[in-house]
Amino acid sequence: MEDLAMTPTSSTLAAPLPTSASAAPRAPAPGLLDHPLHWRWALALLVLLLALPFVATALKEEFYIGLASRVLIFALAATSLNLILGFGGMISFGHAAFIGLGAYAVGILMQSGITSAWVAWPVAIGASALFALAIGAISLRTKGVYFIMITLAFAQMLYYVLVSLKAYGGEDGMSLPGRSIIASGIDLAQDQTFYYVALAAFALAFIVVQRLLNARFGHTLQAIRENETRMVAIGFPVYRYKLAAFTLAGGLAGLAGVLVANQSGFVSPALLQWNQSGMLMIMVILGGVGQLYGGFVGAVVFLVLEEVLSSYTIYWQFGLGAVLLAVVLLTPNGLMSLLQRRPGGITK
Amino acid sequence: MTMKLSSPALRHAALALSLACASLTAAHAADSVKVGLLSTLSGPGAGLGIDIRDGFNLAIKHTGGKLGGLPAEVIIADDQQNPDMARQTAERMIKRDKVDFMTGIVFSNLMLAVGPPVFQSNTFYISANAGPSQYAGEQCNPYFFSASYQNDDMHEAVGKTVQDKGFKKVALLAPNYPAGKDAITGFKRAYKGEVVLETYTPLSQLDYGSELSKMRAAKPDAVYIFLPGGLGINFIKQFVGAGLSKDMVLFGPGFSADEDVIKAVGEPMLGMFNSSQWAHDLDNAANKKFVADFQKEYGRLPTLYAAQGYDAARLIDAAVRDTKGKLDNKATVRKALEAAKFDAVRGPFKFNTNHFPIQDYYLRVITKDAQGRITNRTLGTIFKAHADSYASACKMPS
Amino acid sequence: MILFLEQSLNGLQFGLMLFLLAAGLTLVFGIMDTINLAHGSLYMVGAYLTAAAAAASGSFLVGLGAGIVGTTVIGVLLEVSVLRRLYHRDHLSQVLGTFAILLMSNEVVRTIWGSQPILLNPPAALAGPVELLPGFTYPAFRLLIIGVGLAVAALLYVLVTRTRVGMQVRAGASNREMALAMGTDVRRLFTMVFGLGAALCAVAGGLLGPLLAVQVGMGESILILAFVVIVIGGIGSIRGALMGALLVGVVDTCGHTVVPMVLAQTLGAQAAATAGPAVASILIYVLMAAVLFWKPEGLFPAHG
Repeated sequence: MEDLAMTPTSSTLAAPLPTSASAAPRAPAPGLLDHPLHWRWALALLVLLLALPFVATALKEEFYIGLASRVLIFALAATSLNLILGFGGMISFGHAAFIGLGAYAVGILMQSGITSAWVAWPVAIGASALFALAIGAISLRTKGVYFIMITLAFAQMLYYVLVSLKAYGGEDGMSLPGRSIIASGIDLAQDQTFYYVALAAFALAFIVVQRLLNARFGHTLQAIRENETRMVAIGFPVYRYKLAAFTLAGGLAGLAGVLVANQSGFVSPALLQWNQSGMLMIMVILGGVGQLYGGFVGAVVFLVLEEVLSSYTIYWQFGLGAVLLAVVLLTPNGLMSLLQRRPGGITK
Repeated sequence: MTMKLSSPALRHAALALSLACASLTAAHAADSVKVGLLSTLSGPGAGLGIDIRDGFNLAIKHTGGKLGGLPAEVIIADDQQNPDMARQTAERMIKRDKVDFMTGIVFSNLMLAVGPPVFQSNTFYISANAGPSQYAGEQCNPYFFSASYQNDDMHEAVGKTVQDKGFKKVALLAPNYPAGKDAITGFKRAYKGEVVLETYTPLSQLDYGSELSKMRAAKPDAVYIFLPGGLGINFIKQFVGAGLSKDMVLFGPGFSADEDVIKAVGEPMLGMFNSSQWAHDLDNAANKKFVADFQKEYGRLPTLYAAQGYDAARLIDAAVRDTKGKLDNKATVRKALEAAKFDAVRGPFKFNTNHFPIQDYYLRVITKDAQGRITNRTLGTIFKAHADSYASACKMPS
Repeated sequence: MILFLEQSLNGLQFGLMLFLLAAGLTLVFGIMDTINLAHGSLYMVGAYLTAAAAAASGSFLVGLGAGIVGTTVIGVLLEVSVLRRLYHRDHLSQVLGTFAILLMSNEVVRTIWGSQPILLNPPAALAGPVELLPGFTYPAFRLLIIGVGLAVAALLYVLVTRTRVGMQVRAGASNREMALAMGTDVRRLFTMVFGLGAALCAVAGGLLGPLLAVQVGMGESILILAFVVIVIGGIGSIRGALMGALLVGVVDTCGHTVVPMVLAQTLGAQAAATAGPAVASILIYVLMAAVLFWKPEGLFPAHG
């Protein structure tokens, strides 16, 4: 009996072996764990976002530049949550705490006289990341619903700590005397300038997250989400990967908090409340759990819905609830998954 | 893998843009007066905001839908008693709706959060309630006018009453926010006896069980509370429920003893003394008309919040009339506001240098009136032409 | 001494009401493995129905009865229509789905009754104080709350330990798959458990309504505390819910009394007044985190 496997067929003999001179090896097609940027569309989106302030000013609707800034800030926050929730499978119910911490860091520094963005912003991001490291170190020792609860507990703890600090306004919060100073020519108090800074921050964070997701770190993280036991068995330091992701997400949320503090000129403990964390989770699920653009889409849909609906009726949260319930029941992986047929999101 | 043509991100951006185009109606017409009325319309404080709104709207009705001869547009929004929400909504009113005046806030902590963006945009704020000491003294601002009072004053008036009536040991209770602190400060300025208990509760707290036990243990002969709206309703019911009303006399400012609280608590409130810069039985023409029409329009007696809302609208009306509608010239508008040439329902009204009123404060008691209704009756005047204590600290830029 | 007694009774009263909410929540969580954020909405609906019925009938008891019946019906309808679909889903979907229900129920209540709180008064006979000891009077209505709370706790104990249904509940909480394998009618049991939880919420809502404010969103703050209670006590355990609730009630009351007294010496009256309740809340959450870290099954777990 001929061993067919051993006999080369004519087709393989005829095909020339690839040499380095003829062609470089083709890059592998995006795998299950990759999240391509779709750079043509990304570029188009970027151009649109860059043009937005000019269009708004031309239409005499400058108010919407502020709204767009807010959307970008929450897109950043939602993307940071999506990193750990969608891609890492860690359902954190206390993510708003990191936004609040970043905001308070800016506020506290400003009250002490430090208004330079070059000092305040890295400190704020570092502080949020540090808290994320500490909270993650403890919380990640727990699993499943206990993880959800313990992240909630920590966020509430921080909330009450800030409420008790009368020096920083306590429950009433504190107003910031102005916005952070970046450079003598860049006045953040101008809506347009602030918008571009927010856009730059979001774009930077987005690229960082995208690169990370397509690198070994991201692949490992998603594999941990899919089957943690297997990854432990293979020998990956699962806890360290999760903690690293959690810390990074906390830092990015801190950046969002810095921008929140600057835009509203006001920080209060309400930023850390559990319903804020809930709203972030809503954004992620609306946009697409485990989808690269999920955070961005979710923030856009949520905030635009809020703005449009609330001008029609004070009962707009009913509409929001209905949409959310429909998404949960009908599309388990968020709106973005309706387009793409690749599996993503969380399995029980 | 091919990307579908309709990227959701692109779609949503386009949606936002088209919405911006669709909302072109927000353009500001120079021949009308836009007022942003941002008040607490939900939660335990809702009764106060609703009264301010109703009083304000009644005044607009009395002037035929106009302010100072120009058609008036009042944009009403709920601040949900949340500083963040209040600030965001205020910014929307200033930037998108481009209002000429703002008014309505009930709670002083919200006022302090909303103030900075309003003043920075050079929009005039006519307060129909909140009168924080910060804006009366060092942080006084040319764009802030209080058509109501300064927080300390009403409490100072009751403090003097309690002092004059000879009570020796008093327990104090107020919520822990700027107006609460102003309240206790004001009371202690006039009352010189012993304070056996001084408690502050969170603004969201509705159950006063532990505070009442502490009061029982401290054994005062009088209790002074500042608990606006729903807070006061709950406290008084629990105070009576705990049996403390037999041993201690309850005092409060007008806020805790006006129609909304009376309606909710009823008989147990009979005999409670309180102070106010306005009462519905004040004998002047403007007030008689206001009270009668308010009852006809809304089916209830107005509270001092409604009176303040009404006076705020009349003040704006006078200022717009005196500047002949030229609202862009902020300096003349300011002068017109400072002159305050209108008939206030509370009687003689004039501003101090810090834009806070100099006015009379009356002593009221809760009794049954001729028709058997439980309501306030004015007994006399505590302070005449009283100015607040912070005016000297205010260096108002001219 | 009297102060201590009165504060203890206040803590007991608060703890027992928290227990009523936590009991329903822990059963749903333990047996159906479902996180239900809409539980606070059932509490709110219970308070509103009680207030509306009491205003219509003029009697608090009638109002309370109507509130309990009405809320149970609504709870069962909710379970059959929406919640059933969430049992097999992951926790994130449950959190978001029930959060959606929370948002919607807030707006429905607001549409019907408005944004202003509505009035619910205790029965006139109980509006005054009762003399418990010479020189010590305590509000009669709060005594009623304590009484009802203890009675319900006793009833639940009897139900869970002495009846067939209770046995199935305990089996389900202890080991769901096994209980199913042993032939429990799952759908009916789940619906019954949910309905019971809704009834308990209504009792708590109707009783606390006169003390607090019957307003939109009243369930949210107490819902979070209920979650803390069931985590500390042990998910699925009614005994744990009772112990956890009493513990939280005591800590919370201390935060209003002992802690401000201690802090007032160092910080002054105003700062102590803010810090006091905040410190109590921080303690509660620290306790919750500690339990989750070291004994995630809770202090009195259902699995025995």
